[in-house]
Amino acid sequence: MSLKRNILDLRKRKEKVLQGGGEKAIQKQVAMGKLTARERITSIVDEDSFHEYDMFVEHEARDFGMEKKQLHGDGVIIGTGTIYGQPVCLFAQDFTVAGGSLGLMHARKITKIMDHALKMRVPLIGINDSGGARIQEGVNSLAGYGEIFFRNTLASGVIPQLSVILGPCAGGAVYSPALTDFVFVVENISKMFITGPEVIKTVLGEEISMEELGGAKVHSEITGNAHFYAQNELECFEQIKKLLTYIPWHNEKKARPFPPKPPKAEYKIEEIVPHDPTQPYDIRNVIRAISDDSDFFEVMEGFARNIVIGFGRMNGETIGFVANQPLVLAGVLDCDSSDKAARFIRYCDAFNIPIVTLEDMPGYLPGVDQEHAGVIRHGAKILYAYSEATVPKITVIVRKAYGGGYIAMNSRHMKADFMFAWPTAEIAVMGPEGAANIIFRKEIMGAEDPDAMRKEKVAEYKEKFANPYVAAAKGYIDTVIEPEETRKMLLHSLEVSMNKVDRRPSKKHGIPPF
Amino acid sequence: MSNLKEFNIDGTIYKTEIPESVANRKKWERPNPNHIKSFIPGTIVEIFVKEGQEIKEGECLMILQAMKMKNKILMPFDGIIEKINVRVDEKVPNRLVMLEIKA
Repeated sequence: MSLKRNILDLRKRKEKVLQGGGEKAIQKQVAMGKLTARERITSIVDEDSFHEYDMFVEHEARDFGMEKKQLHGDGVIIGTGTIYGQPVCLFAQDFTVAGGSLGLMHARKITKIMDHALKMRVPLIGINDSGGARIQEGVNSLAGYGEIFFRNTLASGVIPQLSVILGPCAGGAVYSPALTDFVFVVENISKMFITGPEVIKTVLGEEISMEELGGAKVHSEITGNAHFYAQNELECFEQIKKLLTYIPWHNEKKARPFPPKPPKAEYKIEEIVPHDPTQPYDIRNVIRAISDDSDFFEVMEGFARNIVIGFGRMNGETIGFVANQPLVLAGVLDCDSSDKAARFIRYCDAFNIPIVTLEDMPGYLPGVDQEHAGVIRHGAKILYAYSEATVPKITVIVRKAYGGGYIAMNSRHMKADFMFAWPTAEIAVMGPEGAANIIFRKEIMGAEDPDAMRKEKVAEYKEKFANPYVAAAKGYIDTVIEPEETRKMLLHSLEVSMNKVDRRPSKKHGIPPF
Repeated sequence: MSNLKEFNIDGTIYKTEIPESVANRKKWERPNPNHIKSFIPGTIVEIFVKEGQEIKEGECLMILQAMKMKNKILMPFDGIIEKINVRVDEKVPNRLVMLEIKA
C-alpha cells in the first residue's frame, strides 16, 4: 500500500474547505464588489507565502439545527505568511460561510493566531467581514469576542495590530478593531456601528442607511475610528503594505531603514510658508520639504484635519510627524485633533519611532460646544502623550506658538530633546491682538481714538513678544534657524538622539485622561 | 487652497478652511427650568397629570419607557402643569420638551 490514498483523501478534504460557503455565496460576495477571504489574504501577503491552519476546525453547536450544519473552517481563515519577506500572522473572516458569524470555534481560531502573533512578535492583520455574533451559539459567541478583545489589549504596544474592515463589523465586534493600532476602511464595503439602522429606526424613528451611519467616509471623516480610507480593496491592500514599511515588527525593534534620499527639489521650504501669520498654507508641504524623497504617508487624513499626523523618513529612518495645519481652522487644537495626535504620539513612542513636531497654531478652538465636549480632558491627552514619550522628540516652531498650545506641542517643558524655531516664530501667551487688549486695556479705553491706540499697542506687543528671541533668551528654544537649515538640523539632532536614554519612575501604568 | 474663510481666534482674523462640523455649530442656549425634556429616546407609556393641575415636587408625571426600562418622570419643584406636548404611546426623541411647567 502506498500513501497515495491518504494523500488524495487529504487533498479532497482541503479542496472541500477551500470552497468556503460554496459557489452561490461566493458569487454573492463578488457581486458586492468584494474579494473572498482567501483572495484577500493572498493579495496582501507575498506570493505563495501564505500557510493556513485550522482548516478542519468544526463548530460544536448542537442547538437550533446547528448540529446538521457543516461550516467550513467555521467561517474564518487563519494563517501565517510574509510581507516583503517579513513574517506576519493573519485572520480573515469568511462572509460566505454563515455570514462570517462568530461562534466559539471561529473565535478560538482567531485567538489562536493572535496568541501566536504575540508569542512570535510579529504583526497581526485581521480582516473583518462578519454579520456578528452567531446567535445560535449564545453566550459562547460573546465569550469569543471577549477573548479577542483581551488579547488585543495584551498585544497593544507589543506587536502592530492592523484591522481591515471589508464588510459589516457590527455590534460588539467593532471593539476589536477599535482596540487595534490602525483601522482600514473601503468605500461602499466597510460598515461599522454598534446599533444598526434597524434598531435606530425602531427606537428613534430615524431612517439612515448603513453607509450613512457607519460607512468608510463616516469613520474616516467624522468619527475618527478609521485611519486609512481606500476606494477599493486593492488600494486598501497597498496601504497596508506601505504602512508596514514604516513600522517595526515589534516594540523591541526599530523600523527597517531605507536608503537615505534628499527631498525633491520642487518643495522649496522658504516659498511654502507665508510671512503673515494669519495667512494659510499646507503644512504637509513643509514635511515634504524636509523628509526623504519628499515622502509623507499620512494617517487619518480626513479626520480632524487641523492637525496632521503620519510617517516619513529622514536619513532612511522612520519618523512620526505631528504638525498643526494652518490650512484648516487656522491649525487650532480641539477635542478631535488632540485625540488624533495623542494616540499617534503614543504609537510612535511604543514602537521606537522618533517624533518630529512642526508647530504653527494660534491656540485652542473657542466655543461652548468644545468646553462641554471636554476639551480639557481631550487636550490633556496631548500633554500626557508628549510628556510620557521617551523616543527622540524634536520640535520646530514655524510660526505661531501661543499659550497652552505652545506648551502642549512638545515644548521644552514636555521634555523635547531639541527645540528649533524659525525667525518667523511667535512664542507668546496669546496672539498680539488679544494680548494687547488685556495688557493695554486702560490705555486703549482711555484714548481719544481707541482703535488707533489699539493698533499702536498691538504693534508694540508684536515688536516685543511676537518673535522667538524671548524664548531663546531663556533657553526654551535651543537655536533659531533659517528655514533652509531645518532638514540639516533635524538630521543632526536625530543622529545625536540615536542612543537616547530617558528613564522614568517605575509604575504599573499611568492614568492618562482617556 | 480653496474655501478660505475668515476665522477669529483671540481677536486675530485668520484665513483658513472651516470644516462643516465647526461652521454648523449649534448656538448654546440656556436650559429653561420650566421645560421637562426627554433624557433618552423612548415611548410615553403613561401620563398621570392634566394641564392646569397643581403638582408637588417629586410627584410622578409620566412614564417614559426606553431600553425596556420604565423611567419615572418626576416634578422638579412645586408648580402647575402648563402644557403637555406628548400623548400616551408616542415615540419621543431625545431632548424633546415633553411638558411645560410653571412654579
